[in-house]
Amino acid sequence: MDKIYSHPQALRDVSTHYCPGCGHGLAHRLIAEAVDELNIREQIIAVAPVGCAVIAYDYWDFDCSEAAHGRALAVATGIKRVRPQNIVFTYQGDGDLAAIGTNETIHAANRGENLTVFFVNNAVYGMTGGQMAPTTLLNQKTSTTPGGRNAQFHGYPLKISEMLALLPGVKYIERVALDSAQDIMKTKKAIKKAFKNQIEGAGFSLVEMLSPCPTYWGLSPCESLDWVKNIMAKEFPLGVIK
Amino acid sequence: MPRITINKDKCKGCLLCVSACPQGLIVVEEELNLRGIKPVKFKPGGKCVGCALCALMCPDCCIEVYK
Amino acid sequence: MPKILMSGNDAIAEGALRAGCSFYAGYPITPQNELTAYMANNMPKRGGVFIQAEAEVAAINMVFGAAAAGARSMTSSSSPGISLKQEGISYIAGAELPAVIVNIMRGGPGLGNIASSQADYFQATRSGGHGDYHCIVLAPASVQEGYDLTGLAFNLADKYRTPAIILGDGMLGQMMEPLELKKQSLKPKAKPWALTGCAGRKANVVKSFYLKEGDLEKLNLKLQKKYKEIRAKEQRWEELFLDDAKVALVAYGSMARIARAAVKTLRGKGKRIGLIRPVSLWPFPKKAFTRPKNKYLVLEMSYGQMLEDVQLALCGKAKVEFLGRSGGGVPAEEEIILKINKIYNG
Repeated sequence: MDKIYSHPQALRDVSTHYCPGCGHGLAHRLIAEAVDELNIREQIIAVAPVGCAVIAYDYWDFDCSEAAHGRALAVATGIKRVRPQNIVFTYQGDGDLAAIGTNETIHAANRGENLTVFFVNNAVYGMTGGQMAPTTLLNQKTSTTPGGRNAQFHGYPLKISEMLALLPGVKYIERVALDSAQDIMKTKKAIKKAFKNQIEGAGFSLVEMLSPCPTYWGLSPCESLDWVKNIMAKEFPLGVIK
Repeated sequence: MPRITINKDKCKGCLLCVSACPQGLIVVEEELNLRGIKPVKFKPGGKCVGCALCALMCPDCCIEVYK
Repeated sequence: MPKILMSGNDAIAEGALRAGCSFYAGYPITPQNELTAYMANNMPKRGGVFIQAEAEVAAINMVFGAAAAGARSMTSSSSPGISLKQEGISYIAGAELPAVIVNIMRGGPGLGNIASSQADYFQATRSGGHGDYHCIVLAPASVQEGYDLTGLAFNLADKYRTPAIILGDGMLGQMMEPLELKKQSLKPKAKPWALTGCAGRKANVVKSFYLKEGDLEKLNLKLQKKYKEIRAKEQRWEELFLDDAKVALVAYGSMARIARAAVKTLRGKGKRIGLIRPVSLWPFPKKAFTRPKNKYLVLEMSYGQMLEDVQLALCGKAKVEFLGRSGGGVPAEEEIILKINKIYNG
């Protein structure tokens, strides 16, 4: 009998601090699998976010840099511009990419930096205790919207991917979901495409992954997958945006 | 016969694999693991087809699949 | 060697280029825009990378990335923009990355004005960002020194894996003086810690984050050891007519040029005045104060920032007077002479 599935080489065989059913575990693994399959582990330089995945570099087995909250795309720009031969990607949550980091995100995209961006959207700020994120849905209860997100006071969920798609410097944006085996397989395809774009010098590529956060949604892991599929994906439609 | 192994101490008990298995071959253990939760286990004697959907759904890489 | 006429801003940029700086990111702000423009014109021609970033915050983080990838990296700005960079500088210090930051000071606080000042001394020398760290701070007082010290800044930054600040001011940035384009003494250092892709080695991580109990304290002790070594080895200053001086002026940068003129005038009138011109502001040249004069007169384009370091260095062993103006005001030679006449025999 052959072993047909095991943890990818680019992922260290360690326990993670992520909650049971957290989307980060899936996303990290899919990225590592893609890195293995494309055989680019030795060229990769990753930039970690500030958020639950702040210690992503403890889990991936390739060169990684930290970045101040929101600044990953500026850090990645610096790395890629001086080392264009490396494959540089950022891995960012909704606060990192679409709140504090919005400026860096828009301008890296506008400059058409040849970078790959993985945007893990779970509609909440997990690491700091479940506060509202730019992508929090209307009526969603968080620790800073205890009565539910209200458009009048809190604005609307931010569709940063749709906004970035307007920029000529952006090559590829796809929104996927970590909510079922089928969608997870699609996510991996998108991840590989985003890496291949950089390898080919095609330009700024972003994969937005709708991701479960059982802890701050107050749902079980299985219920969270359903919430992504049935509720979140209605607000944030899946598919190729650019 | 294809089979899987589950690293029960790495398992966090999210149960995503349980609903992923089309044959219902993954069940919750009775005993606690080192994390203090009830992990999952592979039901012996079941007809595993080696689809690896369980491993696909596991956020913690606890599952290895043999075919 | 022939000399060319160059502005301070341009000379600092040229000094950086000749010191092997291969990455520059900046954002326009007066009075240092010429430096950014010089880099825009020249960096690509010399095979390096120039980026006009979307903001000073982005620029310092791009410098973080380029430095993490092993390149000699630099950004420049002026006072309000340097305030924006403080988070990034703290990260650079914590991650032990080498980088050069140029502050061409202007009037503050707030938006202030675009005239010269020296009111960012505290910000530069007291680690303007959060945490227990220090940047090496070098203060040129001429266009030539702007060129020379920038090269030195890169060498020191690499040597100690620490950020280095060139602290200039608007006058220095704008003035034009003859410049000798001396060969920069490059001291390239191997950077096995840099992010270059993990072929043939274990994966590298560049970070300043240490959650496990005791780990951050270990990093801090390592930084403190580094700073102790820098304090011991990298104090720099210049002395003028100090040996028999009764009153010693203490001034840096553009202020020192005016102080020098006052010293010469007063010496011409028989007064025993000397000058200590700190060149490194951090580490502060305490060694220049080991044989105290009777009196010191600290001169700053601020309301007394370096003054405190002079007082600390002397520890009460001499009287310290102060003359300063800020908000774009510059103590003139006549004001200094008036002040000295008041305190000389007191």
